[in-house]
Amino acid sequence: MKGNSYLPRKIHSLLGVIPLGLFIVEHALTNYSAYEGGKEGFSDSIDLLNSLPLVLWMEIFLIWLPILFHGVYGLYIAYQSNINTGRFSYGRNWAFTAQRITGVITFIFIAWHFYETRLQVALGNVSHEELGQHMNSIVSDPLAFTAYIIGVLAATFHFANGLWAFLVSWGITVGPRAQKVSSNICMVIFVIIAALFLLSLFAFRGDEFASAAATALSSVSVG
Amino acid sequence: MAETATATGRKVKFIITRRERPEAAPFTEEFEVPYRPNMNVISALMEIQRNPVKADGAKTSPVCWESNCLEEVCGACSMVINGKPRQACSTLIDKLEQPVRLEPMSTFPVVRDLVINRERMFNALKKVKAWIPIDGTYDLGPGPRMAESKRQWAYELSKCMTCGVCLEACPNVNDRNSFIGPASISQVRLFNAHPTGEMNAAERLEALMEEGGIEGCGNSQNCVRSCPKGIPLTTSIAAMNKDTTKHMFKQWLGL
Ligand code: HEM
Ligand code: SF4
Ligand code: FES
Repeated sequence: MKGNSYLPRKIHSLLGVIPLGLFIVEHALTNYSAYEGGKEGFSDSIDLLNSLPLVLWMEIFLIWLPILFHGVYGLYIAYQSNINTGRFSYGRNWAFTAQRITGVITFIFIAWHFYETRLQVALGNVSHEELGQHMNSIVSDPLAFTAYIIGVLAATFHFANGLWAFLVSWGITVGPRAQKVSSNICMVIFVIIAALFLLSLFAFRGDEFASAAATALSSVSVG
Repeated sequence: MAETATATGRKVKFIITRRERPEAAPFTEEFEVPYRPNMNVISALMEIQRNPVKADGAKTSPVCWESNCLEEVCGACSMVINGKPRQACSTLIDKLEQPVRLEPMSTFPVVRDLVINRERMFNALKKVKAWIPIDGTYDLGPGPRMAESKRQWAYELSKCMTCGVCLEACPNVNDRNSFIGPASISQVRLFNAHPTGEMNAAERLEALMEEGGIEGCGNSQNCVRSCPKGIPLTTSIAAMNKDTTKHMFKQWLGL
């Protein structure tokens, strides 16, 4: 990392909120339609997304490349930090540490999640219509379900706490009072988005999303 | 009075991390110092200097440390006391758990024992031009006045004694990271707030926008919790985030 790191760091920070923060909110809402509207609601949401113009280009420039830049640079930032919560066990220092740990978890989770879903669609192994059922067969495995819960909580915390940091990094929340208020707001955002994701994960486990084969499979693994 | 207190026979136990030379391996030695009422860490170190005998009775070399003001304004005596970086001169033994553990601050190169080299902090101040240039070939006359409301918070920032505690507490000040540390960022805010210093504000902001500058802050906020002078470091950092961000947009737009 020779030269000026100010600009890349600013870009890293911006990408975390725009577009990635917007994307995680969109993703949570789309998935939530599986809880609210069941199989029907979820496939309607997917159809809506796929009806958007230039959807592949939007995916590339608003999701994949930003995640790649923010994720890889984020790993480097995490590598550059010490963990000293042992000596300084203050709330914000824990959040600082959690921001880095959840970043690493999110990186692994996104890679796996992308491989299982979007890549399989791209390879033609799964169609858009089959995604709900595909998710059902994934999360019916207790181990994968646990991994999804961890991944989703990590990504959501990372975004919500990152939003708090973003407001500081851009000089929007300056004094301690503003930072305290924004911290409370960001934790509410964490709870709301996490709830949306968790509800949809539970919804995907339901019978409605199970195909005949997957139902058999899930009843075996759930016992 | 000291004698009568000593007569009670109470001892204070110390475990001190020592080093003979900068690159030498660290080792610990234990000492037992006669207790005196109101003693602080420096007075205990002075006692060890007078009588360099370890707790097991063996003679050793006197422990080296640094101190000047003895009233928490010079910052020279900073060390890690029972796990927390702080000033040895203002740390009272009565308020410490025993045994008292003394270590040099790990962020800085150790010269010997508890003596560290804080040069990087002074280099940081040079880098951000933490001064007000008034030298010239003729008398520039009196500068503009500062509003009292501003002077009050600026005075708080001016209390920084470059002690290094905030750098020691910061998880982003380490050898994998070129982060300049909280203290000098707060000094940019101080000198940019000064009516004359303000004339060079852009230079200081640009110094913070270089490699290892303000972007190295990861908002752990340990600094503000640790500063012995109660300097609002995180407020300074956020304020400079705002100013450097504005400066970046101005540069782009060519304003
Ligand atoms: C792919 C793996 C990811 C890694 C390894 C990662 C890593 C990091 C790290 C280490 C930071 C801390 C920067 C600092 O405070 O100095 C950070 C900040 C942030 N991240 Fe991520 N991140 C990842 C994914 C995401 C995603 C998917 C989002 C959005 C939903 C996101 C949103 C943010 C935000 C908003 C910030 C705060 C920016 C700031 O400090 O100004 N990150 N990330
Ligand atoms: S800001 Fe506080 S902790 Fe940091 S060097 Fe100055 S006095 Fe020490
Ligand atoms: S000797 Fe000056 S601060 Fe302790």
